[in-house]
Amino acid sequence: MTGKIRYAYYPGCSGQGTSVEYDTSTRAVCAALDIELVDIPDWNCCGSSPAHTVDHHLSAALSCRNLAQAAQVEGARGVITPCPSCLSNLKTSARRMADPDFAARVNKLLDKPLRHIPPVKSVLQALFEDVGPDALYPRVFKRLEGLKLAPYYGCIMNRPPQIMEFDDHEHPVAMDRLLEAVGATALPFPLKVECCGASYGVARQDIVERLSGRLLDAAAACGADAFVTACPLCQMNLDLRQDQINAANKTGHRIPVFYYTQLLGLALGLDPKALGLDKLAVSPRDVLAAVGVRA
Amino acid sequence: MNVIRLSESQDEGFKSHVRKESGQDLARCYQCGNCTAGCPFTFAYDIPVSQIMRLVQAGQKEQVLTCRSIWLCASCQSCTTRCPNKIDVAHVMDTLRHMARREGHDTEFAVKAFVDSFLESVEKNGRAFEMGLMVRYALKTGRFWTGADLAPKLVPRGKLSPVPHKVKNPGAIAAIFERYRQECGK
Repeated sequence: MTGKIRYAYYPGCSGQGTSVEYDTSTRAVCAALDIELVDIPDWNCCGSSPAHTVDHHLSAALSCRNLAQAAQVEGARGVITPCPSCLSNLKTSARRMADPDFAARVNKLLDKPLRHIPPVKSVLQALFEDVGPDALYPRVFKRLEGLKLAPYYGCIMNRPPQIMEFDDHEHPVAMDRLLEAVGATALPFPLKVECCGASYGVARQDIVERLSGRLLDAAAACGADAFVTACPLCQMNLDLRQDQINAANKTGHRIPVFYYTQLLGLALGLDPKALGLDKLAVSPRDVLAAVGVRA
Repeated sequence: MNVIRLSESQDEGFKSHVRKESGQDLARCYQCGNCTAGCPFTFAYDIPVSQIMRLVQAGQKEQVLTCRSIWLCASCQSCTTRCPNKIDVAHVMDTLRHMARREGHDTEFAVKAFVDSFLESVEKNGRAFEMGLMVRYALKTGRFWTGADLAPKLVPRGKLSPVPHKVKNPGAIAAIFERYRQECGK
């Protein structure tokens, strides 16, 4: 890795609210690893899952406006985003724009037609490919030795493979490798790509209680100290709703749910405030203290 | 067990419509059941996804567009990823939901209310505004206590903003929605 790499950064809406610690820790880790993030000027919501369940042209128009705005970021290698849902919308829309009829209809919805489609990646992919576990190893300030993690990627970070084009769609390992490079143990978690219940926490809480409950049970059965996620919605379901899940399923889980960027940040010795460990609903203090990290 | 009189309820137009709108060749589905085996939502569905594929093949429009399953698919992409015949099953489920909406069905009313609330929030602010969308949702559904137990975990951590983070020019996003209603929507 030589010199700074610049990307147009798409923060996503939840990064300003329920997953603020994912956004701040992502920015801190990228800065420490010489990845320069330039926010896409006046970016808008990609429509998340609601837009594509209503209409694919509307969904694509919302995503494509962001891709067009990203063209204003000079010298960027492409667009990166921490959120798998934003990633999925940006990549799927970009792919659909290859169909001239589809593109014509979407362009009619936009102020000006989308001319250039930049490459889109997750922050995870950028960290894995542009920095990589080997380069991370010598940068470690505090090894997370003894921390046993259930690595959870969620359903759409790698699926469907023909759109996402990164890592393995049934058994992804990028996050495992990065965390192992900083000394943590990535357990062989069997439900890495199973759905947590997605955005049904509001309309059908019972679904999230069942699906996220199964994930918590599996992590406990593996002997995990904590979950580590790369998705704001997965993190919210597992962490924020853990009490709801426990009440519904008569379980007593108390498993912290980190963003992988928080743990990488801790290992790199970054400012704990930027990592937002105090934002987690299930306190990670005891789990971190057990491996000699004060938070 | 449901008995369907195929000859009476078959709608050929529906079959070709789904094929055209989704771009998927539904005839390739030979009912291996892989999509259903991997679907995490089958427990909540009234019709498993492989049976929905079969019902579409049989032109059973009414039964498909009024089922609950099409509203509960989370687009987790398990079915699409594992289909041995490369059918984008999640795209078919999305397409069926689009059609159900256009025909005025809302079998899972709360799910539709959440989706509508979310998009109204985006249309107004350019970005999703979590607090605002919950208020809209409560007004639509009368479920005023949804998620109230989460507020004490969110507010002190500064994760639930009382004001939206707007784009600089919300009119640009509202214009996309307006053109959509003119061009694509009904």
